[in-house]
Amino acid sequence: MSNASVTGLPNAGSASPGASIAQAIRAARTRGHAVVPFITAGYPTLAALPGLVRSLAPHAAAIEIGVPFSDPMADGVTIQQASRTAIANGASLGWLFEQLTALQCEAASGGPALPPIILMGYLNTFITGGLASLAERAAAAGVAGLIIPDLPLEESAGLRAALHRTGVGLVQLVSPVTPPERAAKIAAASDGFLYAVMVAGVTGAGASEAVQVEPGAYLRSLKAVSPVPVCAGFGVRTRADVVRLSGDADGVIVGSALVQAIGEGVDAGVFVRGLLHDR
Amino acid sequence: MSSTAATKAGNPEADFSVSGLGNPQEELGKLLSGQYPDARGRYGPFGGRFVPETLMGAITRLEEVAKAAFVDPAFAAELRDQQRVWIGRPTPMMRAEGLSKEWGVDLWLKREELAHTGAHKINNALGQALLAKRLGVKRIIAETGAGQHGVATAAACARVGFPCRVYMGAQDVERQAPNVQRMKRLGAEVVPVTSGDQTLRAAIDEALRHWVSDPMGTHYLLGSAVGPHPFPWLVRTFQSVIGTEARAQMLQQAGRLPDAVFAAVGGGSNAIGFFHGFLGDSQVQILGVEAGGTSDEPGMHSATMAHGRPGVLHGCYSMLLQDEAGQVADTHSISAGLDYPGVGPEHAFLHAIGRVKYVRATDAQTLEAVNACCRHEGILPALEPSHALAAVRNWAKANPGKTALVNLCGRGDKDMPILMKHAPMA
Repeated sequence: MSNASVTGLPNAGSASPGASIAQAIRAARTRGHAVVPFITAGYPTLAALPGLVRSLAPHAAAIEIGVPFSDPMADGVTIQQASRTAIANGASLGWLFEQLTALQCEAASGGPALPPIILMGYLNTFITGGLASLAERAAAAGVAGLIIPDLPLEESAGLRAALHRTGVGLVQLVSPVTPPERAAKIAAASDGFLYAVMVAGVTGAGASEAVQVEPGAYLRSLKAVSPVPVCAGFGVRTRADVVRLSGDADGVIVGSALVQAIGEGVDAGVFVRGLLHDR
Repeated sequence: MSSTAATKAGNPEADFSVSGLGNPQEELGKLLSGQYPDARGRYGPFGGRFVPETLMGAITRLEEVAKAAFVDPAFAAELRDQQRVWIGRPTPMMRAEGLSKEWGVDLWLKREELAHTGAHKINNALGQALLAKRLGVKRIIAETGAGQHGVATAAACARVGFPCRVYMGAQDVERQAPNVQRMKRLGAEVVPVTSGDQTLRAAIDEALRHWVSDPMGTHYLLGSAVGPHPFPWLVRTFQSVIGTEARAQMLQQAGRLPDAVFAAVGGGSNAIGFFHGFLGDSQVQILGVEAGGTSDEPGMHSATMAHGRPGVLHGCYSMLLQDEAGQVADTHSISAGLDYPGVGPEHAFLHAIGRVKYVRATDAQTLEAVNACCRHEGILPALEPSHALAAVRNWAKANPGKTALVNLCGRGDKDMPILMKHAPMA
């Protein structure tokens, strides 16, 4: 049924949904820090996407690509504005699948290898064409997993089941206010890795005054219960953040800071290399 | 791990599909008997809780505290007492003698615009502010479009004793300057929202974003019958006082139930509370009136039932104005309170089972209805319920002499700047 089995793209034959992501993060961790960069698809221009992916590929454990949505409730100002620009540019999920299919073909025909591709976006853009169609198109475009911040565990079973039919994983998020027992349930349900939101806040936010987080203890408590790698995201901006969090997390996700840098014309690959190594 | 009826049945699509709805009578029975909203906060397929993980604890606690409060006689007594002495309930009902004659029907008005602060919004604001005391939160945030919910929340916070912050689209801050001043005078901080479309929708986005930074110390006092469960149910519960009073008043004053009841629907808070008084009366036709704006073109109206399809916005699965790619559409209405691309999930359910019929009134028809109500009844109605009045006028042509009841959910003083712009008097 799945197109993936026909095309021989990365999901075909995966042991379990998201396994390629977990594997890539663990492999990167043995070499140094595992960084998962986030970019917004279609920002700053539609034409920029393939170049951004190619430039990030050598340095990224996996690449998270944001699918722009008109009402991004979990995002701070940087990604809100990038999303707005991307939508105005004409970015859509269908367009993104086409772009990714082309990139996967390029890699399959002797081009540089791509790390696992994960899409992050809001539920409405994913469900709008039906779940079976979503799962097939994602698999055909070589997408390894989805991250959907407005899909909590209680609402996720149907979508997860649909994605699993074509070997695509669903990454779940935990937050600093998630009780321990619930965090264990979420970790058990998460494919590829467990996304540890580091602040009570939106993407790119500083620490919340009301919710104090001790990152080390928080990450260690998640590692103790998670069968998949734990990656830290939200508010991770600098090499110092990467080094500090990598002590306890398996990987780190850098989003708003990278999107902001891209907006300022900084080379994405150079930015991520700077997170991995001392200059 | 959680599982759902959908996956047990082997059809993952069922989580986001309206095809699983049963016989309309049975489905309505589930609503009236309290089986909906179900454990997942769904009304049939509609509703649910689509929020970031950081908010799950807060909305779960809110549901638990609300359920406990609703069976606690002390809470009921406090709410009833404050409704009486502070809001001025029960609000009256009257026969609209002039409009009845003019339009050839027997028209009755539920005078909800006489509630304290001038609109039905106060019912929910007071109720949730009293709940917030039981939640033990330190502060309250709210969103507002036209400013009525913001004013009601600011007033309730002043009365009950909470610091209050109101998010309001920058465009609405400008359009509704008098209400901004009222909120500030009542002690609220008003935060202009410059993101998104700078109207109600962007204000809700922003309030949700800020709630995430302090989910347990802050209560988000959502004003419409939208959002993640338990909000649509909470708002309906606090607004159902309108329908309960109206039904009893009709029986007492008119000696009969109306043939049809009408209310304006944006997110749908006044309508859902009003309709609940009549859902079980199968002989009463129920009409929700959406904002038809200036035309049926995309972006020129806010008629979600007429032009939308199911989708997820602001935490619930409901009918939604959106493009093919699932981006939420821009909307227009002369009424800021109806200028919203979604609608409450319970309305989507009532639409799907056919119990409520959703019709439209245009900006122009609405302005005519405002003037008619002023001249014939001596009442300046808000633009929102004037949509319902306009729909009665349209309905009257095919139903001469029949009895109609409208929820006049707000007074029109706030709309004077808009009326002066669009329909100035010489």
